[in-house]
Amino acid sequence: MTDDHGHHPAPLTDVERRARALEELLTEKGIVSPEFIDQVVEAYAQDIGPMNGAKVVARAWVDPEYKRRLLADGTAAIAELGIGGPEGDHIVAVENTPDVHNVVVCTLCSCYPWPVLGLPPTWYKSPPYRSRMVREPRTVLAEMGCDVPDDVEIRVWDSSAEIRYLVLPARPPGAEGAGEDELAATVTRDGMIGVARQ
Amino acid sequence: MTELVRPDVRRMAGATALPRENGELVFDAPWQGRVLGMALAVVQQRGLDWDEFRQRLIAAIDAVPTRPYYESWTAALTDLVVDLGVASADDVAARAASIEA
Repeated sequence: MTDDHGHHPAPLTDVERRARALEELLTEKGIVSPEFIDQVVEAYAQDIGPMNGAKVVARAWVDPEYKRRLLADGTAAIAELGIGGPEGDHIVAVENTPDVHNVVVCTLCSCYPWPVLGLPPTWYKSPPYRSRMVREPRTVLAEMGCDVPDDVEIRVWDSSAEIRYLVLPARPPGAEGAGEDELAATVTRDGMIGVARQ
Repeated sequence: MTELVRPDVRRMAGATALPRENGELVFDAPWQGRVLGMALAVVQQRGLDWDEFRQRLIAAIDAVPTRPYYESWTAALTDLVVDLGVASADDVAARAASIEA
């Protein structure tokens, strides 16, 4: 590892650099905006069914034993559902409780648990999100429409190439009779990053 | 947002079909989603037929059949960008070379 803190899992490949070059050129010439690309990708991501992460969260909500395993060893518990990343990175699940709200950031680049969450949104990679979420998480969350009560502690988790964090949101109240698939449909990407409280 | 999902993209068959597993789209890495999004965005913003991209994708796959799907997709997108006069092939190569590996 020659770079800072091992955030980059590997040097960029030629095709990754070409993809980035194309996005830069198209953006600079005003042909497309990163936000529009986000919208397109998100539309396709929704078209392909529930995110893997939502299945993991819903299983943890209905099965206390699974939840225990998930919090003890996220990578293994996620593999039980047939989900895994080719990079072999570790996924650590952090649980929201009445006293603690968790939020995930990558301060140095854009490490993200994409095998479970799909593709990261553009703001996740933006310098303001990466720097300010650590310094003033309550303010940044409020700006993103996520109000965390003052008596709830906010824990900020800095992802790296080795450890990718996944927030386990609190199970919504009043959904006791709901089945696993129904619950999975209520789980949002933002909830699993921790910038929404479901 | 669902109108962004084009039927003519979903219907692509044979070598040009989007890689799927169990019906779900498969991306092996985030950059693959970005190039998918870029091709759709360029076609939509420029009011082109999807076929403009699809024909270039077919040509890119034919040129190097063993190349991974989204690498051919990137080659096709490069061709489209060059043909639209957005940038020259040299511009793209130079920009890519300037990005730290």
